Amino acid sequence: MEPKFQPTKEGYYGQFGGAFIPELLFPNIKELEDNYLEIIYSDAFQKEYKYLLDQYVGRPTPLYLSKGLSKKHNASVYLKREDLCHTGAHKVNNTIGQILLAKHLGKKRIIAETGAGQHGVATATVCALMDLECIVFMGEVDIERQAPNVARMKMLGASVVPAKSGSKTLKDATNEAIRDWIGNPEETYYLIGSVVGPHPYPDMVARLQAVISEEIKEQLLAQTGNENPDTVVACVGGGSNAAGAFYHYLENEDVELVAVEAAGLGVNSGESAATSQLGEVGVIHGSKTILMQDEFGQIVEPYSISAGLDYPGVGPLHAYLYESKRATFLNATDQEALDAAYELSRVEGIIPALETAHALAALDKMDIKEGQVIVVNLSGRGDKDLQTYIDNLKA
Amino acid sequence: MSLLNTVLNTKQDKLCSVFFSAGFPGLNDTKKIIQDLDANGVDFIEVGLPYSDPMADGETIQYSSAVALKNGINLDIIFEQLKEVKGTVKAPLVLMGYLNQVLKYGEIKFCELCQECGIETVILPDLPMIEYENHYKALFAKYGISNVFLITPQTSKERILKIDEMSDSFIYVVASSSITGAKGEISQGQVDYFNRIKAMNLKSKLIVGFGISNKSTFDTACEYMNGAIIGSAFVNHLKNEGVDTIDQFVKGIID
Repeated sequence: MEPKFQPTKEGYYGQFGGAFIPELLFPNIKELEDNYLEIIYSDAFQKEYKYLLDQYVGRPTPLYLSKGLSKKHNASVYLKREDLCHTGAHKVNNTIGQILLAKHLGKKRIIAETGAGQHGVATATVCALMDLECIVFMGEVDIERQAPNVARMKMLGASVVPAKSGSKTLKDATNEAIRDWIGNPEETYYLIGSVVGPHPYPDMVARLQAVISEEIKEQLLAQTGNENPDTVVACVGGGSNAAGAFYHYLENEDVELVAVEAAGLGVNSGESAATSQLGEVGVIHGSKTILMQDEFGQIVEPYSISAGLDYPGVGPLHAYLYESKRATFLNATDQEALDAAYELSRVEGIIPALETAHALAALDKMDIKEGQVIVVNLSGRGDKDLQTYIDNLKA
Repeated sequence: MSLLNTVLNTKQDKLCSVFFSAGFPGLNDTKKIIQDLDANGVDFIEVGLPYSDPMADGETIQYSSAVALKNGINLDIIFEQLKEVKGTVKAPLVLMGYLNQVLKYGEIKFCELCQECGIETVILPDLPMIEYENHYKALFAKYGISNVFLITPQTSKERILKIDEMSDSFIYVVASSSITGAKGEISQGQVDYFNRIKAMNLKSKLIVGFGISNKSTFDTACEYMNGAIIGSAFVNHLKNEGVDTIDQFVKGIID
């Protein structure tokens, strides 16, 4: 049977995806498109990738049955512990893969965009590991908000370049990274952090994150005798952790997929990042997707308490999962996410990242049946969000 | 034949084009800027459609776009301004914007308004050739609109030939691998690149853009190509001097 949720040769998931890039980037994208599958599935790549995931990242990450959440929801709630990855989130699965790809392509200079700094740290980490020059573009506003991650990147040897254009946040950092790539097309590799951007990035990043659902299958089988849960839940900004957690279940429609977006102060408050609810079809950063924009196609700046979810678009795979109704899209407000983070900390002794807390908050909004087997992708840990947690506890 | 093609075929060399962002420095300056550029001998004029996320543009045009948007510019207003200009200038106008603006406005509505305003040429840097071929070529043709493609020093010979075949006005020759913005000089590497393109004997006229900032770079580019486009340098002039000395700027470039 033809897979429904794999991109076409041109990178389309239904009407979404493609490669809407200036001619200046055509050779770069073509080089990637022509080589990524062959390189990623070569024996040499797979051997090194697997070794680094096991021995450097710390994979496989555990699949932990949360007693507290299971009891609360009268179900089996499993937590896929991506928070235990080196650097504190799933982001490194992708950066390890892409840095190996960049090396195979003979690139010397690595550029990346970052919002909260998690992808920037994961990129700086693998560049240190591989001894490659690393330049991270980060919105000026985010640099101020995320000082510890800026310090981490610098300590790892990366240069952090402030993006001063537009709203000075993630989308502008991405614009600056694209501009840098246009200006340095030959030696430079653009290491994108999510399932966004022109084809083949969304597919490539999804494949590199697919290790998450590959492990969930093995671990669930070992723990329950069935590799398929009833439901997989993950938060979605650009959508890389969700893409990884969903990947091996995409074609099995018996498995319900739940994507959770950040509602900010409320979906209709004007301060939100719930792209599927607020967006319309558009083109951003080289990909046709669902996009938050005004009536003239100007991109609208999203808002969320979580810097990893405030992206005005969403990966084209997710836009297609939304349009085709293959995935259910829920959302959680800032406050609901904070409450879910405090709850998990108390009942399980795990402080989740604010992004992840949105996925946990969605459990309260789902119609959960008795004994339902649910896997929540615990995409990151909350160290980086401690200040926000402390501030809001006091309030 | 489009007015632009008549101009391109009549003059053939030292074609001078100037770019600015509609609605900058003031919301209603668009008309005066177009009329002054025309009156001072600019051969064709590129009207930038200000966009929130102009990924192929450097700081100067990012700035003019942001100011214009703050001034309240949008496509409805731009088309109103262009309707007022229609019939008052001889220089053909080219619209330069990003694909999402066209998508959101409605591709058909966009084309209809272009036709109403006498716009026969557009440049959408993030519309790749394959998407154009599959989704836009027929629509644009129906409204008499031609699309301009860019080539760069990295564009392969094979692809340049394909672009030449797809083009029905000029090819936008990007002077170097870069975003827009004034650079100051033309290097030997760039001259080699111009010569390489020229030797291909393409059917399309070749107009150089990105990094053409003054008389010297304009003249050098015109020695090899049919003409050149000045963007950021003019936008900087508007930023610093306002709209009253456009004649001086143009005279500083063309004799």
